[in-house]
Amino acid sequence: MKRLTKLVAVTCSSLLLAGSAWAIDLTVVSWGGAYSASQVKAYHEPYMELNPDVNFIYDESAPEAVPKLRAMNEAGNLTWDLVDSIASDAIRLCDEGLAIEVDIDEMLPPAPDGTPASEDFGDLLVSDCIIPQIVYSTVAAYRTDVPEWEGRVPQDICAMFDLENFPGKRALEKRPINNMEWALLCAGVAKGDVYDVLETEEGQDLAFATLDKIKDETIWWSSAAEPRQQMADNEIKLGSSYNGRWFDLINVDGAPVEILWDAQVFDIDGWVIPVGLTPERQEAVVKFLHFATDTQRLADQAKFISYGPARMSSAPLVGKHETLGIEMGPHLPTDPDNAKNIFVYNFEWWADYRDDLDAKFQAWLAN
Amino acid sequence: MTTDQVSLRRRVKRSLRIQKLRAFLLVAPLLLFVLLSFVGPIIDMLFRSVENQLVGDTLPRTVAILRAEEIDDNWQPGDRLFAALYIDLSIAADVKNHTRVASRLNYEKAGIASLFRSTGRKIRNIGSKEYEKLFVDLDKSWSTLDYWEDLVADLERQAALPVTTTAFRQWQQDHIGRGNDVSKLDPNNAFHVILLAELLASPADVIAGLAPLHRENLSAIMAIRDQFPPIEYRESFLEFSNKWADRDVWTTIKRYSPRLTEGYFLNAVDLKKGNDGVEARPEQERLYIKIFLRTFAMSIIITLTCFILGYPVAYFLAGLPTRYANLFLILVLLPFWTSLLVRTAAWKVLLQEQGVINDTLVFIGLIDHANRLAMINNQTGTIIAMTHILLPFMILPLFSVMKTIPPSFVRAARSLGATPLTAFLRIYFPQSLPGMGAGMVLVFILAIGYYITPELVGGNNGTFISNRIAYHISSSLNWGLGAALATILLAVVVILYWTYDRMVGIDNVKLG
Repeated sequence: MKRLTKLVAVTCSSLLLAGSAWAIDLTVVSWGGAYSASQVKAYHEPYMELNPDVNFIYDESAPEAVPKLRAMNEAGNLTWDLVDSIASDAIRLCDEGLAIEVDIDEMLPPAPDGTPASEDFGDLLVSDCIIPQIVYSTVAAYRTDVPEWEGRVPQDICAMFDLENFPGKRALEKRPINNMEWALLCAGVAKGDVYDVLETEEGQDLAFATLDKIKDETIWWSSAAEPRQQMADNEIKLGSSYNGRWFDLINVDGAPVEILWDAQVFDIDGWVIPVGLTPERQEAVVKFLHFATDTQRLADQAKFISYGPARMSSAPLVGKHETLGIEMGPHLPTDPDNAKNIFVYNFEWWADYRDDLDAKFQAWLAN
Repeated sequence: MTTDQVSLRRRVKRSLRIQKLRAFLLVAPLLLFVLLSFVGPIIDMLFRSVENQLVGDTLPRTVAILRAEEIDDNWQPGDRLFAALYIDLSIAADVKNHTRVASRLNYEKAGIASLFRSTGRKIRNIGSKEYEKLFVDLDKSWSTLDYWEDLVADLERQAALPVTTTAFRQWQQDHIGRGNDVSKLDPNNAFHVILLAELLASPADVIAGLAPLHRENLSAIMAIRDQFPPIEYRESFLEFSNKWADRDVWTTIKRYSPRLTEGYFLNAVDLKKGNDGVEARPEQERLYIKIFLRTFAMSIIITLTCFILGYPVAYFLAGLPTRYANLFLILVLLPFWTSLLVRTAAWKVLLQEQGVINDTLVFIGLIDHANRLAMINNQTGTIIAMTHILLPFMILPLFSVMKTIPPSFVRAARSLGATPLTAFLRIYFPQSLPGMGAGMVLVFILAIGYYITPELVGGNNGTFISNRIAYHISSSLNWGLGAALATILLAVVVILYWTYDRMVGIDNVKLG
């Protein structure tokens, strides 16, 4: 009888212990593919090792994150805990009140030298809701084996619009963003004036007139994987895509392709915390972010994918690619050699004019 | 009639009723499921194409003033309007509704989004720091939510201070609407500005009738009223951005303030609301009618190519013995088991300029290297890829109808002297028409709503209206316009279906 009581007591207390060991499942939404894999290796796996009570559930719905979060919010049924989002989506989520505004310095650790997080991220804090992770860029690339070019090598982004010296099909994204700016730059507009010009009817006409020159020779892509495949198949000679895709094509597939870093357009990808989490879940998410966006962790991600860490203090810590063994520094968009002439994308401006110009752009495409 | 007969009739009726009820109960779960998961959301989505409560609900005071005013070429926004906007935007910015209404208005006029966003960030600077300090220095309770709650709790005080009361209540309601815990919030510091402005504008005896505590507190405020810096609403707003002087901003707010709007539908057919009623959009912005027409034209072409390719296949299958026919049917169905994206990607590899077909044609010398055919990223590509994907929907109904046509009919016609062509045209073909009708309706309706394939292989001019709907649902978040486009598409399909029914008769359509 005594033994039985003891047994019951032991069982009960161990059950209680198990119960109090507070396990939590966090649903993290990201983009899938090589990008998600780099996050899992750099952030999630090390975090789970330190915190065995946290379990991550991966969701690859980031491309539809904004409409899905809006629908979840309207239905009052939030099933996500953390969302990976590009800057323009983060701005929209913030505007719609679907993402919480974060106090970067209160939430995140400073750089190793004590610089507060907000200064460490600097200009990349384009929205009150975003916690930046990486800088990627939309950048042009070209094939190095085009006989028709007779040895000419594209020097700047205007090669994209120059059919005389660089004939052949090109690929551009099927949206006005980036294309309109590049077109204006090559129509002689100074970098600092691009958005002022683009705001006017004449400026938009000028951009379309420049794009008209290559319209018949351009394949418009909606998924960044398309130009990579087309470049690999020699279907296009020049094209725009994300720098990570070109890196893969060049270094993994060994295709005869070079990146044209001129006028690369920086974009930011970061975490947003959806509105409506319970306090416990939010606390768990913040605890994870505290870990996953510190200087070392951000630098670690560059071991797996060629995107630049968002903290300035991470840059010196970037090492070699985990499997290819290539020194990653020179392949990042933020490398000083690559960033000699960057084009700074104006998020605020596009938030205003995106729908307007998109309608005009689609009408232009359809004509 | 005997009682037996009556009770028998009653019993029969009862048992019939029970049977009916039982049958209904059996389908009830499905009916409920369809209603809840399909019909309900569709109606909700369609309603969004006219819904427009956001502007009026978020900016009620501004809208009320604008409605009473005639905005002509000489009109200028006045101080009273800016004062109303100050209250509306202070509350909206605190609740974070201002960015929502900004995105709504930005669909109609580009530039409003950043105007509202930047003003929302700075609006707290208008007077409120000094005001709050003067209030709280007099009495600490002015910084607590409880005191404000008490101030507007009483009917008498509500009647005396209507502006403050409605502002406070709206602020509370909007916070609750966003799921915020009101009890944990600090009172918005615009309340001090609003209250003093209201006191100054009211007759002096307003305070006199109040309960002692509030009478004293409000009198104390009035006693130091000269210390409050006067607020120049108009100047402050124009300092934030001179866009506030732009008449178009105000007309846009006024035009899109009613609770229901036809704006999304106008936009969906390339029209817009102008100063003198509805007008056409400028040439370079016209988009949707063209895409609608293109969607219909290409869907018809796809339906026809499916029919031309599918009819012989179905005819061939129907003539085979069953075991062979089943084998070939599997081949027809095979594409169904392959991912849509894989099939579309395969077409790219085949059709692109450096692709298999062009390479072969160049190799056998039919075309030269410089003139490779453009077969993808245009309308041709969309038609080819979609015909392939939709072909089974044509073959299967045709096949199942043809299976039921007795071969003896054609044989009889032949033996009576008909040529093979006459026998086919006059005996066989008319009997296969129901299958043809079913196949064509099925393929056409599926084609008209297709979106992923046109997006991937459509290039400049091969995309469908669904691609624009998808853009507005998932990218621009302009759900109203997306819903309007979807409603038009749905209406057109229903009308076409109805016409088809009138002309051919839906009873003559057979799926098998």
